[in-house]
Amino acid sequence: MATTTSTPRVPDAPPGPEGLKQGLSRGPDRAFKMLAGGSSAVVVALVVIVGVYLISKAWPSLAANGASFLTSREWSVADPDALRFGIAPLLWVTVISSVVAMAIAVPVAIGVALYLTHYAPPRVAKPFAYLVDLLAAVPSIVFGLWGARVLMPYVQPFQDALKSAFGWFPLFAPTAVQAGTIFLASIVLAIMILPIITALSREVFRQTPVGHMEAALALGATRWEMIRTAVLPFGRPGVVSAAMLGLGRALGETIAVTIILSTTTGAFSWSLFFGGETFASKIANAASEFDSPSKTGAYIAAGLVLFLLTFAVNAIARVIIDRRKGFTE
Amino acid sequence: MKVRQLARQTGLVGLVLVSSLALAACGSDNNAGDEGTADSAAVTAGGSDIECGEGGTLNAEGSSAQKNAIEQAIASFEEVCPDITVNYNPTGSGAGITQFTAGQVEFAGSDSALNADKGEVEAAQARCEAGPAWNIPMVTGPIAVAYNLEGVDELVLDAATTAKIFRGEITTWNDPAIAALNEGATLPGDEIHVFFRSDESGTTDNFTKYLNAASGGVWTDPNGKSWPSSGVGEGREKSAGVSEGVKTTAGGITYVEWSYAKDNDLGIAQIDNGSGPIELTAETVATSVATAERVGEGNDLALKLDYATQEEGAYPIVLVTYEIVCSAGLDEAATAGVKAFLTHFASPEVQEGLVEIGYAPLPEDVQTDVLAAIEAIA
Repeated sequence: MATTTSTPRVPDAPPGPEGLKQGLSRGPDRAFKMLAGGSSAVVVALVVIVGVYLISKAWPSLAANGASFLTSREWSVADPDALRFGIAPLLWVTVISSVVAMAIAVPVAIGVALYLTHYAPPRVAKPFAYLVDLLAAVPSIVFGLWGARVLMPYVQPFQDALKSAFGWFPLFAPTAVQAGTIFLASIVLAIMILPIITALSREVFRQTPVGHMEAALALGATRWEMIRTAVLPFGRPGVVSAAMLGLGRALGETIAVTIILSTTTGAFSWSLFFGGETFASKIANAASEFDSPSKTGAYIAAGLVLFLLTFAVNAIARVIIDRRKGFTE
Repeated sequence: MKVRQLARQTGLVGLVLVSSLALAACGSDNNAGDEGTADSAAVTAGGSDIECGEGGTLNAEGSSAQKNAIEQAIASFEEVCPDITVNYNPTGSGAGITQFTAGQVEFAGSDSALNADKGEVEAAQARCEAGPAWNIPMVTGPIAVAYNLEGVDELVLDAATTAKIFRGEITTWNDPAIAALNEGATLPGDEIHVFFRSDESGTTDNFTKYLNAASGGVWTDPNGKSWPSSGVGEGREKSAGVSEGVKTTAGGITYVEWSYAKDNDLGIAQIDNGSGPIELTAETVATSVATAERVGEGNDLALKLDYATQEEGAYPIVLVTYEIVCSAGLDEAATAGVKAFLTHFASPEVQEGLVEIGYAPLPEDVQTDVLAAIEAIA
């Protein structure tokens, strides 16, 4: 990660005899440039097309919306003449479930990555790394079913303990939701984003300049001190970008969250032990019954916010990486 | 380099894992189909007068409530008309009607008849060109009020009490209102945990229709495909989610298709419609459907169920799903295919086979009319 962003720019044409430049290298060079440029253009075009699609479908419903889109907790979209929908609870559940997932996954991922790169003997490291990567190959519906059927009974006593010990704190307040809490969804999300954060962090830590590490050790640092002074500062931007990639996945995860998370009615609660819907699970829950354009538009408007949210997360990640670049060189 | 290699390897292993899972899934599907169809197909093949036409592929889409029924019918149909392939995509009633009116599928499955207020009747007629679209009732699926309460094998509820439970006005199992309906039973003081469908569903629509019609004003919300905000509880995805929720939660209660309640060994409440407690059986459901009013004209067999019926032995919470077909206008092969398949689906042998998977057969007189309507498709 870090090294790719700091690659020096290659001059357009290498210095050489005039004939060579024009006759031999220019043709393939140009063709490749066009191919590469074309690929990038396709990606940009795709993002633009998706964005335009979302906006064009969502706009009529947003214009007809009788409630405040950003702050309302209402969601009644069945009657095209009385659309009232707002995304406040969706935004909260989406963000808090992903943030808790990050809080669980990032420290674990860093630990795993450090163990693999600096502690584990190669004979152990290889199969272990392979196992972590295998976790990424598990389809999300399997994670969802596993979370709802297998993990849930084990998480419940832990939740109950947290509720009775810290129930005064709004995030841990007891609620009527028994089965699929945001907390459970966060744990499963954490497991799902663990492999990507681990794999990227591992690569970054592995690239720590040997000179830095040896210098630290030569000054009498223990292995932990060496990691703290040489490896972690070097790897920070890479870890941040890895975490942001994981966050992007957690924000948009659909099927596992839809299966796990219980929806709720009535009074809202800030508690982690409450249920709710994320943007993605809300759309998934209703997708089979999109029977009118205005209703579809309301859900697509929610999708648009998720799109923008993911966009913002990635932008923030870029800013952090760029700002920290100075550390790495 | 290593990462790339690894990624490739993991990808491969993932593929193997996924495909073996998929294979396992297919395998179990087939088995389930075979069990139910073996006997019914044999009978149909015996006295069959189904004309298969020249064969081809029929595509249908819609209601997921009738998914298991239509899959069973498709499996046995393969032996009747091997040249016709029927594909059913259970994407939901709304999606099915949309695809039907867009001309993408030959017929649609829907939990409710075409709705004139939404313009569905006109849109469907425009698609068929040569004639109106008909609603043909095909599968009746009772909705069970399923519960998980240790030591209570029999539970009687009525509409008003059920409505109060699902609105949160009754919160414990030994509430006097429940006790009054269950004299002699020992009810624990457990809290009631309500589960509802978090996705939009025809089951919710019909259940709220029932509560609205029969609860004597306790349930005030109009019916709808999504659970109203005045209802209480915890929403789980699809029928599998709510039944799993009840199964794992002591004191849980939900409304769910009969088959899910049976498969998960949940308690099924008897419903007192005013004439005494009625157990959920194929007969009590048929009695209820037989009392339904015909609201369609001629061969359009749209039914209006009387949820507040006090008919003796009529289980009131019933979902009727329709096949929505063009009365005329499809090309010759498709018309023959649709007629052959629906005739097979409506035949007594197939209908009776549905009981095993949690549906109830059509009552006799409705079935006669259904077969007549299918015959009249041109």
